[in-house]
Amino acid sequence: MSGIITRRALLTTGALGAGALLSGCDQVANTPALRKILFSGETINEGLQRALSNRGSLAKEYRPDQMSPFFRTNGTRNPNTPDYTAMVADKFSQWRLQVGGLVNRPLALSLAQLQAMPARSQITRHDCVEGWSAIGQWHGPLLGTLLKAADVRTTARYVVFTCADLFSGQHYYESIDLIDAFHPQTILAWAMNGHLLDVGHGAPVRLRVERQLGYKQAKYIMQIDAVASLAGIGKGKGGYWEDAIDYDWYAGI
Amino acid sequence: MTDAPQPTPGQPASPTAVPASTSIYRHRLATRVWHWVNAVTIVIMIGSGLTILNAHPHLYWGEYGANSDHSWFNPPHMPSYLTIPAGYNLAIARRWHLLFALVFGFGLLAFMVASLLNRHFQKDLRIRLKELAPSHLWFDLKEHLAFRFHDPKHPAAFNIFQKLSYALTIFGLIPAMIVSGLALSPAMTAAWPWLLAVVGGRASARSVHFIAASGLVVFIIVHLVLVILAGAWPEVKSMLTGWWRVPEDRAEEAA
Repeated sequence: MSGIITRRALLTTGALGAGALLSGCDQVANTPALRKILFSGETINEGLQRALSNRGSLAKEYRPDQMSPFFRTNGTRNPNTPDYTAMVADKFSQWRLQVGGLVNRPLALSLAQLQAMPARSQITRHDCVEGWSAIGQWHGPLLGTLLKAADVRTTARYVVFTCADLFSGQHYYESIDLIDAFHPQTILAWAMNGHLLDVGHGAPVRLRVERQLGYKQAKYIMQIDAVASLAGIGKGKGGYWEDAIDYDWYAGI
Repeated sequence: MTDAPQPTPGQPASPTAVPASTSIYRHRLATRVWHWVNAVTIVIMIGSGLTILNAHPHLYWGEYGANSDHSWFNPPHMPSYLTIPAGYNLAIARRWHLLFALVFGFGLLAFMVASLLNRHFQKDLRIRLKELAPSHLWFDLKEHLAFRFHDPKHPAAFNIFQKLSYALTIFGLIPAMIVSGLALSPAMTAAWPWLLAVVGGRASARSVHFIAASGLVVFIIVHLVLVILAGAWPEVKSMLTGWWRVPEDRAEEAA
Protein backbone atom coordinates (compact mmCIF):
# COMPACT_ATOMS: atom_id res chain seq x y z
CA MET A 1 0.00 0.00 0.00
CA SER A 2 2.64 2.45 1.05
CA GLY A 3 4.57 1.30 -1.99
CA ILE A 4 1.75 2.43 -4.25
CA ILE A 5 1.50 5.80 -2.51
CA THR A 6 5.24 6.31 -2.81
CA ARG A 7 5.15 5.32 -6.45
CA ARG A 8 2.28 7.70 -7.15
CA ALA A 9 4.01 10.48 -5.22
CA LEU A 10 7.22 9.91 -7.14
CA LEU A 11 5.41 9.88 -10.46
CA THR A 12 3.61 13.09 -9.57
CA THR A 13 6.83 14.69 -8.36
CA GLY A 14 8.64 13.58 -11.51
CA ALA A 15 5.92 14.88 -13.83
CA LEU A 16 5.68 18.15 -11.89
CA GLY A 17 9.45 18.44 -11.93
CA ALA A 18 9.69 18.06 -15.70
CA GLY A 19 6.79 20.49 -16.15
CA ALA A 20 8.35 22.99 -13.75
CA LEU A 21 11.63 22.67 -15.64
CA LEU A 22 9.93 23.45 -18.95
CA SER A 23 8.07 26.49 -17.63
CA GLY A 24 10.99 27.45 -15.39
CA CYS A 25 13.13 27.78 -18.51
CA ASP A 26 10.85 30.57 -19.72
CA GLN A 27 11.21 32.34 -16.36
CA VAL A 28 14.99 32.05 -16.59
CA ALA A 29 15.05 33.45 -20.12
CA ASN A 30 13.03 36.46 -18.92
CA THR A 31 15.18 37.24 -15.86
CA PRO A 32 18.00 39.61 -16.89
CA ALA A 33 20.77 38.10 -14.72
CA LEU A 34 19.89 34.53 -15.72
CA ARG A 35 19.38 35.56 -19.33
CA LYS A 36 22.98 36.76 -19.28
CA ILE A 37 24.15 33.27 -18.23
CA LEU A 38 21.94 31.68 -20.89
CA PHE A 39 23.39 34.01 -23.53
CA SER A 40 26.97 33.27 -22.42
CA GLY A 41 26.65 30.07 -24.46
CA GLU A 42 27.35 32.11 -27.60
CA THR A 43 30.66 33.41 -26.21
CA ILE A 44 31.67 29.96 -24.95
CA ASN A 45 30.78 28.25 -28.23
CA GLU A 46 32.50 30.90 -30.33
CA GLY A 47 35.61 30.69 -28.18
CA LEU A 48 35.63 26.89 -28.17
CA GLN A 49 35.05 26.60 -31.89
CA ARG A 50 37.76 29.09 -32.64
CA ALA A 51 40.15 27.44 -30.20
CA LEU A 52 39.50 23.97 -31.62
CA SER A 53 39.54 24.94 -35.27
CA ASN A 54 41.73 26.66 -37.78
CA ARG A 55 40.27 30.08 -38.45
CA GLY A 56 41.37 29.85 -42.04
CA SER A 57 39.69 26.48 -42.63
CA LEU A 58 37.64 26.31 -45.80
CA ALA A 59 33.98 25.40 -46.05
CA LYS A 60 33.29 22.33 -48.12
CA GLU A 61 32.94 23.02 -51.84
CA TYR A 62 30.73 20.75 -53.94
CA ARG A 63 30.66 19.41 -57.48
CA PRO A 64 28.13 20.86 -59.96
CA ASP A 65 26.13 17.62 -59.85
CA GLN A 66 25.68 18.03 -56.08
CA MET A 67 23.83 21.35 -56.39
CA SER A 68 20.23 21.76 -55.23
CA PRO A 69 17.86 21.47 -58.20
CA PHE A 70 15.97 24.44 -56.78
CA PHE A 71 17.48 27.04 -54.43
CA ARG A 72 14.66 28.55 -52.41
CA THR A 73 14.56 32.18 -51.37
CA ASN A 74 14.12 33.35 -47.80
CA GLY A 75 13.89 36.55 -45.78
CA THR A 76 13.21 39.47 -48.11
CA ARG A 77 12.23 38.16 -51.54
CA ASN A 78 11.93 41.64 -53.02
CA PRO A 79 12.70 44.90 -51.16
CA ASN A 80 9.85 46.55 -53.14
CA THR A 81 10.87 50.08 -52.19
CA PRO A 82 10.47 52.75 -54.91
CA ASP A 83 14.25 53.26 -54.99
CA TYR A 84 14.98 49.56 -55.35
CA THR A 85 12.28 48.97 -57.94
CA ALA A 86 13.72 51.86 -59.99
CA MET A 87 17.20 50.31 -59.75
CA VAL A 88 15.88 46.95 -60.96
CA ALA A 89 14.16 48.72 -63.86
CA ASP A 90 17.40 50.25 -65.12
CA LYS A 91 19.42 47.12 -64.37
CA PHE A 92 21.34 48.73 -61.49
CA SER A 93 23.19 51.10 -63.82
CA GLN A 94 22.93 53.89 -61.22
CA TRP A 95 23.65 51.59 -58.26
CA ARG A 96 26.94 52.29 -56.49
CA LEU A 97 28.42 50.10 -53.79
CA GLN A 98 29.74 52.46 -51.11
CA VAL A 99 32.78 51.24 -49.19
CA GLY A 100 33.54 53.55 -46.29
CA GLY A 101 33.93 53.88 -42.55
CA LEU A 102 37.47 53.36 -41.25
CA VAL A 103 39.13 53.31 -44.66
CA ASN A 104 41.70 55.67 -46.20
CA ARG A 105 40.21 55.50 -49.71
CA PRO A 106 36.40 55.36 -49.71
CA LEU A 107 35.05 53.66 -52.83
CA ALA A 108 31.88 53.96 -54.86
CA LEU A 109 31.81 51.04 -57.28
CA SER A 110 29.39 50.50 -60.12
CA LEU A 111 28.13 47.01 -60.88
CA ALA A 112 30.26 47.02 -64.07
CA GLN A 113 33.37 47.85 -62.03
CA LEU A 114 32.56 45.08 -59.56
CA GLN A 115 32.02 42.62 -62.40
CA ALA A 116 35.37 43.60 -63.92
CA MET A 117 37.23 42.62 -60.76
CA PRO A 118 38.93 39.21 -60.45
CA ALA A 119 36.24 36.85 -59.23
CA ARG A 120 35.99 33.58 -57.39
CA SER A 121 33.43 30.85 -58.12
CA GLN A 122 32.43 28.48 -55.37
CA ILE A 123 29.76 25.84 -54.98
CA THR A 124 28.89 25.93 -51.30
CA ARG A 125 26.11 25.01 -48.93
CA HIS A 126 23.76 27.63 -47.53
CA ASP A 127 22.50 26.63 -44.07
CA CYS A 128 19.43 28.43 -42.83
CA VAL A 129 19.05 28.93 -39.08
CA GLU A 130 15.69 27.17 -39.43
CA GLY A 131 17.32 23.95 -40.53
CA TRP A 132 17.13 23.69 -44.32
CA SER A 133 20.19 23.64 -46.57
CA ALA A 134 20.69 24.36 -50.26
CA ILE A 135 23.77 24.09 -52.43
CA GLY A 136 24.43 26.72 -55.07
CA GLN A 137 27.21 28.27 -57.08
CA TRP A 138 28.30 31.81 -56.19
CA HIS A 139 30.53 34.09 -58.19
CA GLY A 140 32.08 37.46 -57.35
CA PRO A 141 35.17 39.28 -56.07
CA LEU A 142 36.68 38.59 -52.68
CA LEU A 143 35.48 41.05 -50.06
CA GLY A 144 39.13 41.26 -49.04
CA THR A 145 40.05 42.68 -52.47
CA LEU A 146 37.65 45.59 -51.96
CA LEU A 147 38.80 46.19 -48.40
CA LYS A 148 42.42 46.28 -49.53
CA ALA A 149 41.54 48.66 -52.37
CA ALA A 150 39.79 50.90 -49.85
CA ASP A 151 42.82 50.59 -47.54
CA VAL A 152 41.12 49.60 -44.29
CA ARG A 153 42.65 51.34 -41.29
CA THR A 154 44.30 49.31 -38.56
CA THR A 155 41.70 50.51 -36.05
CA ALA A 156 38.92 48.59 -37.84
CA ARG A 157 37.73 45.31 -36.36
CA TYR A 158 34.39 44.65 -38.06
CA VAL A 159 32.73 45.14 -41.40
CA VAL A 160 29.08 46.24 -41.46
CA PHE A 161 26.75 45.69 -44.42
CA THR A 162 23.76 47.94 -44.98
CA CYS A 163 21.14 46.63 -47.38
CA ALA A 164 18.33 47.95 -49.55
CA ASP A 165 15.59 45.88 -47.93
CA LEU A 166 13.60 47.28 -45.03
CA PHE A 167 12.64 45.49 -41.85
CA SER A 168 10.19 47.47 -39.66
CA GLY A 169 11.26 50.61 -41.50
CA GLN A 170 15.01 50.16 -41.11
CA HIS A 171 17.54 48.86 -43.59
CA TYR A 172 18.70 45.29 -42.99
CA TYR A 173 22.23 45.21 -41.61
CA GLU A 174 24.71 42.53 -40.66
CA SER A 175 28.34 42.42 -39.59
CA ILE A 176 31.32 40.08 -39.55
CA ASP A 177 34.78 40.44 -38.08
CA LEU A 178 37.85 41.22 -40.16
CA ILE A 179 39.15 37.66 -40.06
CA ASP A 180 35.98 36.38 -41.71
CA ALA A 181 35.97 39.43 -44.00
CA PHE A 182 39.41 38.50 -45.37
CA HIS A 183 38.66 34.75 -45.52
CA PRO A 184 39.38 33.34 -49.01
CA GLN A 185 35.76 32.18 -49.44
CA THR A 186 34.16 35.45 -48.35
CA ILE A 187 32.93 37.02 -51.58
CA LEU A 188 30.46 39.62 -52.82
CA ALA A 189 28.43 37.46 -55.17
CA TRP A 190 26.88 39.17 -58.19
CA ALA A 191 26.18 35.87 -59.99
CA MET A 192 24.55 32.66 -58.85
CA ASN A 193 24.27 29.29 -60.61
CA GLY A 194 25.72 30.80 -63.78
CA HIS A 195 23.44 33.82 -64.18
CA LEU A 196 23.22 37.33 -62.75
CA LEU A 197 21.97 37.32 -59.17
CA ASP A 198 18.17 37.62 -59.25
CA VAL A 199 16.00 39.80 -57.04
CA GLY A 200 14.91 36.90 -54.84
CA HIS A 201 18.49 36.03 -53.96
CA GLY A 202 19.69 39.59 -53.33
CA ALA A 203 20.41 41.45 -56.59
CA PRO A 204 22.68 43.11 -57.42
CA VAL A 205 25.12 41.83 -54.77
CA ARG A 206 24.97 39.63 -51.70
CA LEU A 207 27.54 38.56 -49.17
CA ARG A 208 28.75 34.97 -48.98
CA VAL A 209 30.44 34.39 -45.68
CA GLU A 210 30.72 30.60 -45.72
CA ARG A 211 30.98 28.88 -42.32
CA GLN A 212 28.11 30.97 -40.95
CA LEU A 213 24.31 30.67 -41.14
CA GLY A 214 22.00 32.19 -43.73
CA TYR A 215 21.01 35.36 -41.88
CA LYS A 216 24.65 36.52 -42.06
CA GLN A 217 24.59 36.32 -45.88
CA ALA A 218 23.32 39.90 -46.36
CA LYS A 219 21.42 40.50 -49.62
CA TYR A 220 20.81 43.75 -51.60
CA ILE A 221 24.05 45.27 -50.27
CA MET A 222 24.27 49.06 -50.65
CA GLN A 223 27.03 50.00 -48.29
CA ILE A 224 30.01 48.41 -46.56
CA ASP A 225 31.59 50.15 -43.56
CA ALA A 226 34.69 49.22 -41.62
CA VAL A 227 34.12 49.98 -37.93
CA ALA A 228 36.05 49.63 -34.68
CA SER A 229 33.07 48.50 -32.65
CA LEU A 230 29.51 47.30 -33.18
CA ALA A 231 28.25 49.50 -30.33
CA GLY A 232 26.96 52.28 -32.58
CA ILE A 233 25.29 49.97 -35.12
CA GLY A 234 21.53 49.48 -34.60
CA LYS A 235 21.04 48.45 -30.98
CA GLY A 236 24.64 47.33 -30.74
CA LYS A 237 24.43 43.57 -31.32
CA GLY A 238 25.75 43.74 -34.85
CA GLY A 239 22.79 42.78 -36.99
CA TYR A 240 19.08 43.21 -37.59
CA TRP A 241 18.04 39.80 -36.23
CA GLU A 242 20.56 39.99 -33.42
CA ASP A 243 19.04 43.30 -32.29
CA ALA A 244 15.42 42.44 -33.00
CA ILE A 245 15.07 38.94 -31.55
CA ASP A 246 18.44 37.96 -30.04
CA TYR A 247 19.85 35.65 -32.67
CA ASP A 248 23.52 34.97 -32.01
CA TRP A 249 25.94 37.39 -33.70
CA TYR A 250 28.31 34.43 -34.06
CA ALA A 251 26.36 32.21 -36.43
CA GLY A 252 28.90 29.41 -36.79
CA ILE A 253 26.42 26.88 -35.34
CA MET B 1 38.59 8.58 -6.11
CA THR B 2 36.40 9.85 -3.29
CA ASP B 3 34.56 6.56 -3.20
CA ALA B 4 37.69 4.49 -2.64
CA PRO B 5 37.09 3.31 0.94
CA GLN B 6 33.60 2.11 0.16
CA PRO B 7 32.72 -1.36 -1.09
CA THR B 8 32.87 -1.95 -4.81
CA PRO B 9 29.52 -1.84 -6.59
CA GLY B 10 28.30 -4.83 -8.47
CA GLN B 11 30.64 -7.28 -6.75
CA PRO B 12 28.82 -8.72 -3.78
CA ALA B 13 31.04 -10.82 -1.58
CA SER B 14 28.45 -13.51 -0.95
CA PRO B 15 28.08 -16.33 -3.48
CA THR B 16 24.61 -17.15 -2.18
CA ALA B 17 21.43 -15.09 -2.26
CA VAL B 18 21.84 -11.71 -0.64
CA PRO B 19 19.05 -11.32 1.89
CA ALA B 20 16.43 -8.66 1.26
CA SER B 21 16.90 -5.34 3.04
CA THR B 22 20.68 -5.61 2.83
CA SER B 23 22.11 -2.26 1.75
CA ILE B 24 24.54 -2.35 -1.11
CA TYR B 25 26.69 0.52 -2.39
CA ARG B 26 25.55 0.53 -5.97
CA HIS B 27 26.12 3.86 -7.72
CA ARG B 28 29.42 5.72 -7.59
CA LEU B 29 29.56 9.48 -7.20
CA ALA B 30 30.41 10.13 -10.87
CA THR B 31 27.43 8.06 -11.98
CA ARG B 32 25.06 9.87 -9.63
CA VAL B 33 26.24 13.38 -10.52
CA TRP B 34 26.09 12.62 -14.24
CA HIS B 35 22.66 11.04 -13.90
CA TRP B 36 21.04 14.07 -12.28
CA VAL B 37 22.83 16.64 -14.40
CA ASN B 38 21.60 14.73 -17.44
CA ALA B 39 18.08 14.41 -16.06
CA VAL B 40 17.83 18.22 -16.18
CA THR B 41 19.91 18.66 -19.34
CA ILE B 42 17.96 16.16 -21.42
CA VAL B 43 14.65 17.87 -20.66
CA ILE B 44 16.14 21.20 -21.79
CA MET B 45 17.74 19.64 -24.89
CA ILE B 46 14.56 17.86 -25.97
CA GLY B 47 12.32 20.87 -25.23
CA SER B 48 14.50 23.34 -27.09
CA GLY B 49 15.22 20.78 -29.80
CA LEU B 50 11.50 20.42 -30.49
CA THR B 51 11.23 24.20 -30.98
CA ILE B 52 14.11 24.02 -33.46
CA LEU B 53 12.35 21.11 -35.19
CA ASN B 54 9.18 23.23 -35.41
CA ALA B 55 11.17 25.86 -37.34
CA HIS B 56 11.48 23.48 -40.29
CA PRO B 57 9.57 20.23 -39.67
CA HIS B 58 10.96 18.32 -42.62
CA LEU B 59 13.81 15.79 -42.62
CA TYR B 60 15.97 14.85 -45.58
CA TRP B 61 18.88 12.61 -46.51
CA GLY B 62 22.02 13.88 -48.20
CA GLU B 63 24.10 17.03 -48.39
CA TYR B 64 21.19 19.46 -48.77
CA GLY B 65 17.47 19.57 -48.13
CA ALA B 66 14.88 22.32 -48.40
CA ASN B 67 11.16 22.55 -49.02
CA SER B 68 11.15 21.50 -52.68
CA ASP B 69 13.45 18.54 -52.01
CA HIS B 70 12.22 15.08 -51.12
CA SER B 71 11.75 14.69 -47.36
CA TRP B 72 11.56 11.23 -45.82
CA PHE B 73 9.66 12.43 -42.77
CA ASN B 74 7.59 15.47 -41.84
CA PRO B 75 7.18 15.39 -38.07
CA PRO B 76 3.96 16.87 -36.66
CA HIS B 77 3.97 20.30 -35.04
CA MET B 78 5.25 19.97 -31.49
CA PRO B 79 2.77 21.40 -28.96
CA SER B 80 3.77 24.29 -26.68
CA TYR B 81 3.61 22.15 -23.51
CA LEU B 82 6.59 20.16 -24.80
CA THR B 83 8.74 22.98 -26.18
CA ILE B 84 11.21 25.46 -24.73
CA PRO B 85 10.23 28.23 -24.80
CA ALA B 86 6.50 27.49 -24.71
CA GLY B 87 5.75 30.17 -27.31
CA TYR B 88 7.68 29.74 -30.55
CA ASN B 89 11.00 31.59 -30.36
CA LEU B 90 13.80 30.03 -32.37
CA ALA B 91 16.46 32.43 -31.08
CA ILE B 92 15.83 31.59 -27.41
CA ALA B 93 15.47 27.86 -28.15
CA ARG B 94 18.88 27.94 -29.82
CA ARG B 95 20.37 29.73 -26.82
CA TRP B 96 19.14 26.92 -24.53
CA HIS B 97 20.11 24.17 -26.93
CA LEU B 98 23.63 25.37 -27.68
CA LEU B 99 24.51 26.19 -24.05
CA PHE B 100 23.26 22.88 -22.68
CA ALA B 101 24.80 20.99 -25.58
CA LEU B 102 28.08 21.86 -23.88
CA VAL B 103 26.86 20.38 -20.58
CA PHE B 104 25.62 17.30 -22.43
CA GLY B 105 28.79 16.76 -24.47
CA PHE B 106 31.43 17.55 -21.89
CA GLY B 107 29.32 15.75 -19.26
CA LEU B 108 29.58 12.54 -21.27
CA LEU B 109 33.31 13.04 -21.67
CA ALA B 110 33.81 13.58 -17.92
CA PHE B 111 31.60 10.57 -17.09
CA MET B 112 33.52 8.37 -19.51
CA VAL B 113 36.89 9.35 -18.05
CA ALA B 114 35.63 8.91 -14.48
CA SER B 115 34.01 5.57 -15.29
CA LEU B 116 37.21 4.23 -16.78
CA LEU B 117 39.18 5.39 -13.76
CA ASN B 118 36.73 4.05 -11.18
CA ARG B 119 36.29 0.93 -13.31
CA HIS B 120 32.49 1.29 -13.56
CA PHE B 121 32.64 0.45 -17.26
CA GLN B 122 34.95 -2.53 -16.84
CA LYS B 123 33.11 -4.01 -13.85
CA ASP B 124 29.45 -3.21 -14.40
CA LEU B 125 28.93 -2.62 -18.10
CA ARG B 126 31.23 -5.22 -19.59
CA ILE B 127 29.13 -7.56 -21.67
CA ARG B 128 30.30 -11.14 -21.59
CA LEU B 129 29.76 -13.41 -24.56
CA LYS B 130 27.83 -15.98 -22.55
CA GLU B 131 25.32 -13.28 -21.58
CA LEU B 132 24.48 -12.90 -25.26
CA ALA B 133 23.68 -16.59 -25.69
CA PRO B 134 20.05 -17.00 -26.84
CA SER B 135 19.26 -19.18 -23.81
CA HIS B 136 20.52 -16.49 -21.44
CA LEU B 137 18.66 -13.72 -23.27
CA TRP B 138 15.49 -15.82 -23.20
CA PHE B 139 15.91 -16.52 -19.50
CA ASP B 140 16.42 -12.84 -18.73
CA LEU B 141 13.42 -11.86 -20.84
CA LYS B 142 11.23 -14.28 -18.87
CA GLU B 143 12.60 -12.86 -15.63
CA HIS B 144 11.73 -9.34 -16.86
CA LEU B 145 8.19 -10.40 -17.74
CA ALA B 146 7.89 -11.80 -14.22
CA PHE B 147 9.13 -8.42 -12.88
CA ARG B 148 12.28 -10.04 -11.43
CA PHE B 149 15.07 -7.66 -12.37
CA HIS B 150 17.81 -8.77 -10.01
CA ASP B 151 19.86 -11.89 -9.78
CA PRO B 152 19.33 -12.88 -6.13
CA LYS B 153 22.99 -13.95 -5.90
CA HIS B 154 24.28 -10.72 -7.40
CA PRO B 155 21.48 -8.23 -6.84
CA ALA B 156 23.63 -5.18 -7.68
CA ALA B 157 24.83 -6.54 -11.01
CA PHE B 158 23.16 -5.23 -14.15
CA ASN B 159 21.19 -7.78 -16.12
CA ILE B 160 22.01 -8.20 -19.80
CA PHE B 161 19.18 -5.95 -21.02
CA GLN B 162 20.34 -3.20 -18.70
CA LYS B 163 23.90 -3.59 -19.91
CA LEU B 164 22.87 -3.52 -23.56
CA SER B 165 20.61 -0.50 -23.18
CA TYR B 166 23.10 1.47 -21.08
CA ALA B 167 25.95 0.61 -23.44
CA LEU B 168 23.84 1.55 -26.48
CA THR B 169 22.98 4.89 -24.86
CA ILE B 170 26.44 5.78 -23.55
CA PHE B 171 28.48 4.56 -26.50
CA GLY B 172 25.90 4.82 -29.29
CA LEU B 173 23.03 7.25 -28.92
CA ILE B 174 24.68 10.12 -27.01
CA PRO B 175 27.87 10.10 -29.15
CA ALA B 176 25.59 10.03 -32.23
CA MET B 177 23.80 13.10 -30.87
CA ILE B 178 27.10 14.90 -30.37
CA VAL B 179 28.63 14.02 -33.73
CA SER B 180 25.45 14.75 -35.72
CA GLY B 181 24.98 17.96 -33.73
CA LEU B 182 28.50 19.15 -34.53
CA ALA B 183 27.90 18.22 -38.17
CA LEU B 184 25.09 20.80 -38.24
CA SER B 185 27.53 23.61 -37.48
CA PRO B 186 28.91 25.19 -40.66
CA ALA B 187 31.99 26.42 -38.79
CA MET B 188 32.74 22.99 -37.30
CA THR B 189 32.28 21.13 -40.58
CA ALA B 190 34.68 23.54 -42.27
CA ALA B 191 37.22 22.87 -39.52
CA TRP B 192 36.55 19.13 -39.24
CA PRO B 193 35.32 17.93 -42.65
CA TRP B 194 35.14 14.31 -41.41
CA LEU B 195 31.98 15.27 -39.49
CA LEU B 196 30.04 15.54 -42.75
CA ALA B 197 31.66 12.42 -44.15
CA VAL B 198 30.65 10.37 -41.09
CA VAL B 199 26.96 11.29 -41.23
CA GLY B 200 26.70 11.64 -45.02
CA GLY B 201 25.95 15.34 -45.39
CA ARG B 202 24.29 18.11 -43.44
CA ALA B 203 20.70 17.17 -44.21
CA SER B 204 21.52 13.61 -43.10
CA ALA B 205 23.10 15.01 -39.93
CA ARG B 206 19.75 16.58 -39.05
CA SER B 207 17.97 13.27 -39.68
CA VAL B 208 20.51 11.30 -37.63
CA HIS B 209 20.16 13.90 -34.85
CA PHE B 210 16.39 13.40 -34.87
CA ILE B 211 16.57 9.59 -34.96
CA ALA B 212 19.14 9.38 -32.14
CA ALA B 213 17.07 11.84 -30.08
CA SER B 214 14.01 9.65 -30.64
CA GLY B 215 16.10 6.70 -29.44
CA LEU B 216 16.95 8.62 -26.28
CA VAL B 217 13.27 9.41 -25.69
CA VAL B 218 12.45 5.69 -25.99
CA PHE B 219 15.31 4.90 -23.58
CA ILE B 220 14.03 7.44 -21.06
CA ILE B 221 10.47 6.10 -21.20
CA VAL B 222 11.56 2.46 -20.78
CA HIS B 223 14.02 3.49 -18.07
CA LEU B 224 11.32 5.33 -16.09
CA VAL B 225 8.83 2.48 -16.45
CA LEU B 226 11.38 -0.09 -15.26
CA VAL B 227 12.49 2.11 -12.35
CA ILE B 228 8.87 2.27 -11.24
CA LEU B 229 8.39 -1.48 -11.66
CA ALA B 230 11.62 -2.26 -9.83
CA GLY B 231 10.59 -0.12 -6.86
CA ALA B 232 10.63 3.59 -7.53
CA TRP B 233 11.72 4.99 -4.18
CA PRO B 234 14.60 2.57 -3.43
CA GLU B 235 15.87 3.11 -6.98
CA VAL B 236 15.69 6.92 -6.76
CA LYS B 237 17.24 6.85 -3.28
CA SER B 238 20.14 4.73 -4.53
CA MET B 239 20.77 7.21 -7.32
CA LEU B 240 20.84 9.99 -4.72
CA THR B 241 22.91 8.35 -1.98
CA GLY B 242 24.57 5.48 -3.81
CA TRP B 243 23.12 2.96 -1.37
CA TRP B 244 20.49 0.52 -2.51
CA ARG B 245 18.40 -1.79 -0.38
CA VAL B 246 17.91 -5.24 -1.90
CA PRO B 247 14.16 -5.54 -2.51
CA GLU B 248 11.93 -8.43 -1.48
CA ASP B 249 11.48 -10.95 -4.23
CA ARG B 250 8.06 -10.11 -5.62
CA ALA B 251 7.45 -13.61 -6.93
CA GLU B 252 8.08 -15.12 -3.51
CA GLU B 253 5.97 -12.42 -1.96
CA ALA B 254 3.08 -13.36 -4.19
CA ALA B 255 3.50 -17.06 -3.47
